[in-house]
Amino acid sequence: MNPILAVGAIALVLVVTSLIGVYGLRISRTTSDFFVASRTVRPIWNASAISGEYLSAGTFLGLSGLVLLSGSDAFWFPIGYAAGYLLVLMFVAAPLRRSGAYTIPDFVHARLDSITARRITSALVLVIGWLYIVPQLHGAALAVNVVADIPPWVGAVVVAVVVSGSVAAGGMRSITFVQAFLFWLKLGALLVPVIFFVITIGGHEPSIDPELVFPAERGPSGLDAYTTASLLLALLCGTIGLPHVLVRFYTSPTGSSARWTTVIVIAMISAFYMVSGTIGLVARATAPDLAQPGIADTVALLLPSRLIPGIAGELLTALVIAGALAAFLGTSSGLVVSLSSVVSQDLFHGTVRSFRWAAVVCAAVPLGFALATVPQGLVTSVANVFVFAASALSPVIVLGIWWRPLTARGAIAGMLVGAALCGAALIGSSVFGTQAGPAAALLAQPGAWTIPAAALTTIAVSLLDRRKPLNTERMLSRLHTPELPRVSGSSSGS
Amino acid sequence: MIDDVWALVIAGIGIGIAVTLLFQLVWRLMRGSRDLGSDAERATFRTLSLASRAAVHLRGGLDTGDLHRASRALRSLLGSDAIAIANRQGVVSIDGRPSLSDAAWQVASSVIETGQRQLLTPTSDARPAAVGAPVVANGRVVGVIVAFAPKVRPPLVRATTEVAKWCGAQIELGELETSRAALAEAELRALRAQISPHFVYNALGAIASYITTDPERARDLVLDFADFTRYSFRRQGEFTTLAEELKSVHSYVELERARFEERLSVTLQIAPETLATVIPFLSVQPLVENAVRHGLEPRERGGTIVIAARDDGTHTEITVDDDGVGMQPAELRALLTAGDVTDHVGLRNVDSRIRRIYGDDHALVVETNPGAGTMVRMRIPKSQPFNDTERPVDR
Repeated sequence: MNPILAVGAIALVLVVTSLIGVYGLRISRTTSDFFVASRTVRPIWNASAISGEYLSAGTFLGLSGLVLLSGSDAFWFPIGYAAGYLLVLMFVAAPLRRSGAYTIPDFVHARLDSITARRITSALVLVIGWLYIVPQLHGAALAVNVVADIPPWVGAVVVAVVVSGSVAAGGMRSITFVQAFLFWLKLGALLVPVIFFVITIGGHEPSIDPELVFPAERGPSGLDAYTTASLLLALLCGTIGLPHVLVRFYTSPTGSSARWTTVIVIAMISAFYMVSGTIGLVARATAPDLAQPGIADTVALLLPSRLIPGIAGELLTALVIAGALAAFLGTSSGLVVSLSSVVSQDLFHGTVRSFRWAAVVCAAVPLGFALATVPQGLVTSVANVFVFAASALSPVIVLGIWWRPLTARGAIAGMLVGAALCGAALIGSSVFGTQAGPAAALLAQPGAWTIPAAALTTIAVSLLDRRKPLNTERMLSRLHTPELPRVSGSSSGS
Repeated sequence: MIDDVWALVIAGIGIGIAVTLLFQLVWRLMRGSRDLGSDAERATFRTLSLASRAAVHLRGGLDTGDLHRASRALRSLLGSDAIAIANRQGVVSIDGRPSLSDAAWQVASSVIETGQRQLLTPTSDARPAAVGAPVVANGRVVGVIVAFAPKVRPPLVRATTEVAKWCGAQIELGELETSRAALAEAELRALRAQISPHFVYNALGAIASYITTDPERARDLVLDFADFTRYSFRRQGEFTTLAEELKSVHSYVELERARFEERLSVTLQIAPETLATVIPFLSVQPLVENAVRHGLEPRERGGTIVIAARDDGTHTEITVDDDGVGMQPAELRALLTAGDVTDHVGLRNVDSRIRRIYGDDHALVVETNPGAGTMVRMRIPKSQPFNDTERPVDR
């Protein structure tokens, strides 16, 4: 492998990203293009940005690795990740945009009129965000180690420094266009190699052995019903509770444009998952020796040079590295921005300086975790974040939008119960492993019981609680009343 | 399938929470066992805490407040069997023995009639003795406190009278708070930016000068003027989005350029995610007008205005920067803080509205010096769940 090409690709992505970040502002010098500069972001660009932030290292590298490792089982993950946005679309996107809140704690505070509920939400958001950044840094460490033979910690440190530095310096001025660029880079970085693979291996038939790619025991008959259902429930509900999703919807001017944005997001991330899954399938057919835990996650990086020898393969590898870097940067910068917003607002009333310090802290803590631990399956690490978010925050957010009797104490109880149960189950699972006997599956995939438990606690405590928030009516009517149609003529003269 | 990362992270969080809770518990126990003072001191504490608990619920007045909680606190304060709170229409809350409602109203109506405290002798076990005292707010009896006890003794009479007086004071305080909020809102409405007469005069003059030489341009300018006035005169909503405000700035700039020709150039640098930010209605346009009027107009060759909006995490930062004549910072400070100056009205108006809505730490920041131009910066929080942009506030 050629380290110069790899380093070159990484440098190029960093340069282009920072150029877009700094110069991606809409600039108009004559009054005639004033209107272009002051037009709100179109749904397609905002959708690209949301997808760019959503598709993390866990899916960029991890999904093809998991397909290689475990075959069709792996496809439940992309189905859950993509379908999670379906729930966002149906229950959350438009009302949350209309709420006028910027972060999840802002929303909880406004809806329940309780500073305690806000603080607890902030703490949970912080935990979720940190846990989500750790796999990104692990992925970065893995990638640089494989392609350029650089010690693993370098990759994690570089990504953490670049992200916190650029956020703290205010370099990500136009984060929408940066994230949109990163999305198209990620998609291209997998799509182009896939096209080349198909052309290369298309010659010798049969290119895919069904027995190898889809062994019978890995098919629908081999599925554990509880584990799959629980995982899918967690992935479906988890997207709603992710801290960096709501923040991006703020860019949409209205609730209905937020809804359209979500529809496009679903199409975009589905396309990405199809491409990423194809790489895993190609690997199952051509490189089964890579199917070992720990190595499998690097299959997207190793496959190009295996299948296509010579300079073409190396260029494709460099492209995949660029895409992988885009994945680390996109997700972790989005997370760091929303986490530092939460920290600076809750602890320091949102001053400029506190935001910068918060950005540094929000990247340093997960970096410490990432360096102290050994990376394992990237997809499962990310899935655990989804379970936690789905148990701790999603029930309260959905009930806050759709259920009138929700009270602050109910929400607090639900969040604490969901977080405690889910945290305990995940710790228990890693401590006892398979020794827990029949409870092992319950602990490894707690979503199926922690999410209902959190929701029921919220409902029960809210019904018992007599201290109702005073602004419920006002808030709910605001969340669910569609915007007035734009008065025609107010923008005439364009 | 679970990583070591997870085990460590979650175990760390769990241990952290457990240690914090333990620490708090120990601290509370240690504090709890400390000396709480003499009996008299404890009685004072108890009285004050009950009174402050009741006060919160009395502030809303005797018609709307959460009076059940207030009456519970007042009953423990007086140590009576039952207590009733009545307004001029009837008994609004009774705590202790709900069956005494009729008796309470009997006492209360005679108190309201006479304006004096009244005693009622006991008739049976089911109807104990009662004392009723008037709650006077703003010189008028607004309600009655009726306390029931098996036997009315002078201390209870005195205490009830004092409690009723105190309730009146609380209600007066509550009314004061309400009127202060109403005053703040009225001031905010009065502060609503208005089109400056200068501008109307200048714009019409500029349009007139084009009518014969360039009728097409004159027509466009009249349309711009119509757009601008339509936006500025609209009656609904104290708030708008940055995108809408920039459209009105465009109309304004077109009209000013009719007067300045090429001497005025305006550059926009807008981060697209800031465009949906909710901002107070007419808060950017007056800053641009200020830059034109005080920065560029006094100078022969005009200049450039840069309007920039950038994303700053939880806030949106909007700056209006001109390379005009500038002024002495001390002079500007004097102008902005003096009471009755007619200069820089727009700037002062925007500043006071923003302070009122978002608090003093969001005040405008002005950087200026003679010959160095002027930059005005404002930071607007992105999260404004209760500031509507498109819904009517009147009607």
